[in-house]
Amino acid sequence: MTNEIRHHLTDAILMAYAAGSLNEAFSLMVATHVSLCDECRARLESYDALGGALLDGIDADAQAPVAEDSLAATLARIAASDAGETAAMRPAPAPRGSVLPAPLRDYVGGDLEAIRWRPVGMGVKQAILKTGPGATARLLFIPAGTAMPDHGHHGTEMTMVLQGAFSDEDDHFARGDVEIADEEMQHTPVADISEDCICLAVTDASLRFTSLLPRLAQPFLRI
Amino acid sequence: MQVEPSGRDRVSLGVIAHNGFRQTEPDPDMTEPSPARALWIGHIDRIREDKDQQAFAELFAYFAPRVKGFLMKSGADSAQAEECMQEVMATIWQKAHLFDPSRASVATWIFTVARNRRIDTLRRQRRPEPEDLPWGPEAEPDQEDVIVLQQESDLLRQALADLPEAQRDLVERAYFGEMSHREIADATGLPLGTIKSRIRLALERLRHAMNGSQ
Repeated sequence: MTNEIRHHLTDAILMAYAAGSLNEAFSLMVATHVSLCDECRARLESYDALGGALLDGIDADAQAPVAEDSLAATLARIAASDAGETAAMRPAPAPRGSVLPAPLRDYVGGDLEAIRWRPVGMGVKQAILKTGPGATARLLFIPAGTAMPDHGHHGTEMTMVLQGAFSDEDDHFARGDVEIADEEMQHTPVADISEDCICLAVTDASLRFTSLLPRLAQPFLRI
Repeated sequence: MQVEPSGRDRVSLGVIAHNGFRQTEPDPDMTEPSPARALWIGHIDRIREDKDQQAFAELFAYFAPRVKGFLMKSGADSAQAEECMQEVMATIWQKAHLFDPSRASVATWIFTVARNRRIDTLRRQRRPEPEDLPWGPEAEPDQEDVIVLQQESDLLRQALADLPEAQRDLVERAYFGEMSHREIADATGLPLGTIKSRIRLALERLRHAMNGSQ
């Protein structure tokens, strides 16, 4: 299942996620893709390993002496909370048949039926997810065979397919694939005819439109 | 391509994991040869199985000043870093059963716990995490995977130490500071590919075991 993914996350974004310096919306993109892609999970864990190697090899003068009672205080913390503190560090896998991987389900409150779509014209719907500052995450619903508005970008936009598929001028994107668009890119994604397309899209800056028609749909992009 | 583990490897790991701490104290200069790095796995085993405070004390003596230093480099003051470090080390005790030595070194695992605590407590942001793999009774870590992953973690640590200082400094700032990902240095030359391949193999085995058990 997972080895059909052809469009992956970049090293830069995986490393930034491992370092803990990505904002919440892009972190959600990484967490969602990695949930479906073992290749990127392995790459991510190798960047975690780099963090571990840095921690292990930290210079003696960059180590910080701990408080005198530090160990005793830590053991006291452990004693105070030992019972029941066994929650996993990562969300449990989404139930079989889910379209949304677990990290997205946490934001939506369930699978597709829990998404609160807002129509934005031409059959396209969106749901903006509540994330911290710096970037915006949204779910997009594009009816089968429909073209997204033609747009350029001021910053980076990443779009990951969750259901169905879409094509742009250059390539084809199916479940798990991530399209990364930067400032130079002008593109017109078109959803495949066979199925409605649902995507997670994360943007770190406003989109700018290049044709008249899509202005009708601008509210959906919340510029 | 797989390397068949020799019987000797299996035995030596067991010896290190269960008895090594009595013979070899953790070396603060980190110059010990690579098999000794498996020492910490034995400590985690003892914490998990026996709630062994001596094992925890040794782990703490080595990692607590590193974790606190990491947090201070990331902008925490001394009191915040101490508090946060104690929470991290307590988490290591409490979640010892979740550590998987076929996919991470102990240092890597502690790094991820410290990083997440930094985001949560110091930056007060939410960090979405990938969903867990479907662990099951079949998913006992393979001893060969454990040995090789730990060896490769050690090679990575050594390669990092051998980087020219300017380059090492960039990687360090990327992880310890708050550089944007556009500024992050290219980690060319570090043996990340081998670790990635090893983790990939462990994931494939896990998937295979899960499919076989259904």
